[in-house]
Amino acid sequence: MSKKTYSQAINEALRQEMRRDPNVIIIGEDVAGGHGASGETGGVGGVFGLTKSLYTEFGPERVLDTPISESAIIGAASGAAVTGLRPVAEIMFVDFVGVCFDQIYNQAAKFRYMFGGKAKTPMVIRTAIGAGLRAGAQHSQTLHPLFTMVPGLKVVMPANPYDAKGLLISAIRDDDPVIFMESKLLYGMEGEVPDEAYRVPFGEANIAREGKDLTFVAFGAMVQRALAVAQTLAGEGISVEVIDPRTTSPLDEEAILDSVAKTGRLVVIDESPPRCSLAGDISSLVAEKGFRSLKAPIGKVTCPHTPVPFAPNLEDEFMPNPRRIEEAARAVLAYR
Amino acid sequence: MQLSRDDLKRAYRGMFTIRVFEERVNKEFALGNIPGFAHVYLGQEASGVGVCFDLTDEDYIGSTHRGHGHCIAKGCDVRGMMLEIMGKEGGLCGGKGGSMHIADMSKGMLGANAIVGGSPPIAVGAALTQKLRKTGKVAVAFSGDGASNQGTTFEALNMAVVLGAPAIFAFENNGYGEHTAASYAVGAPSIAERAKSFGMPAEVVDGSDFFAVREAMGRALERGRAGEGPYALEIVCSRFLGHFVGDPQAYRLPEELAKARANDPIPRFRARVTEAQLLDDADLDAIERDIHAEVEAAVQLAVAAPRPNINTLETDVYLRY
Repeated sequence: MSKKTYSQAINEALRQEMRRDPNVIIIGEDVAGGHGASGETGGVGGVFGLTKSLYTEFGPERVLDTPISESAIIGAASGAAVTGLRPVAEIMFVDFVGVCFDQIYNQAAKFRYMFGGKAKTPMVIRTAIGAGLRAGAQHSQTLHPLFTMVPGLKVVMPANPYDAKGLLISAIRDDDPVIFMESKLLYGMEGEVPDEAYRVPFGEANIAREGKDLTFVAFGAMVQRALAVAQTLAGEGISVEVIDPRTTSPLDEEAILDSVAKTGRLVVIDESPPRCSLAGDISSLVAEKGFRSLKAPIGKVTCPHTPVPFAPNLEDEFMPNPRRIEEAARAVLAYR
Repeated sequence: MQLSRDDLKRAYRGMFTIRVFEERVNKEFALGNIPGFAHVYLGQEASGVGVCFDLTDEDYIGSTHRGHGHCIAKGCDVRGMMLEIMGKEGGLCGGKGGSMHIADMSKGMLGANAIVGGSPPIAVGAALTQKLRKTGKVAVAFSGDGASNQGTTFEALNMAVVLGAPAIFAFENNGYGEHTAASYAVGAPSIAERAKSFGMPAEVVDGSDFFAVREAMGRALERGRAGEGPYALEIVCSRFLGHFVGDPQAYRLPEELAKARANDPIPRFRARVTEAQLLDDADLDAIERDIHAEVEAAVQLAVAAPRPNINTLETDVYLRY
């Protein structure tokens, strides 16, 4: 066990799985970096450095730099997966999924069912998500609801370094296509991460903080914000439980319902626009299956129904921020 | 068409404005005055200015993530640009777009674009408008060697031919798609050959030579304005800095960078026009002084400007929830 960042945890998971299984390959733009240039090859390791030094260890056969061609990257990963490899494809920013969505939702996601259960598609799509870096409307989205609604995909949103490693190892060993969504805001976050390989299973929520007066459900980078507000409210004697579902599909419905059964009050914090969001999805779950537990209407903290703005003050207000989370919590707590 | 002294001054002004603006973006980024990322156009000035030189405000361009130079070449206001890049009130997009999304419809500038291969299909559409309305205007898609590998680009090239759209595909081959060399990532012998295979005329141009770029663009424009269909230019140029501001570029050897600098389009232009006695050093020095003052004023204005009003977060949408 040692302290590692979220980035290091991901890099370590990739390295250990590539050592364990020769079928694991990495494919994407600049995942090595520097191909064909006059200087160093393999020193870039992706725009955020997540695959750094893997090229040095595993070489060009298993760490494949591609042209900027997202449809072909994802299509090739699907084709390789369905014929026996375990590709980990990288879509640099989740926003670029617009270029290649067909290969994800019409192809990879459907093979297993559409072919009558005769195909396995063990592939992972790693991608960086989320606002907060002042990266503008086409480099800052989260888009998890888009993937979560597609039958055939598993959707993972690690919220800390420990989960990043364990969930990525589960994703690589999984026989279905997995969208692995890395929160850019968490890349530098440090935490205890075991040195050996381990799995964090899908569909098992992490109770990030126990409490009895109010439940927060949050995903990815929003978990840290939920925890911070829970800490603030604890100073006033308000006890907040923070549920991090870890995966949006499969979703640990039981953990959410059990928590609401205990607290009777729910606020969902979701970095996406309000319509067809995970906030809406979880509210619907609790309204359907946990109605009797509720002591107050469900609170939702989402982004507005707009693209992500560039200016820092607009972007800070766009995201679910501590002020907005706290306001929603107080409104739900005040309801009698 | 022969260039007048005023034309030459306008060309130098365009290229030098881009140079000073981008050097300043680099500096202001380091000072923390520019949020997010910035991709500068240093070294490629002759391409943007050469392509846009004979365009009007009614001709359209679509751009790339490395779009500041295209904006300046197409006539966007440098104050509005600097405000936008710093995320301030009064920016060309009200601070909502930022460096990678600067647009100005009044100048026929359809936006920098943060999606590689985003602009070519849009340019085909803008060209179709011209064709249907018989305006004699054209639409230019700037894209890089990286975007030449995108499916969206292939589709746009083919559709422009099929529909006879007056679209001009300006591929700026600066040798790198992000950190990967075009020599590795472009499988074809050249981007121009690839474009030809779609059924349009295409040529390779020395992108460090303003005159060569403008002349090649003249042939493309002649065809477009006459309603004869699309054209492609592969403009070979050099990116002086990395993919983004702060990229350490370990993948490029110092000799390669020095070679790129040795072929700097701005001294090349200066030498050519002064040796031919078309302009003298005093003319060019006066332009340089003006531009330094203009960019300095833009920076001062942008640094001092307030952030956009928080109430604008939910404007420019048709619906709120």
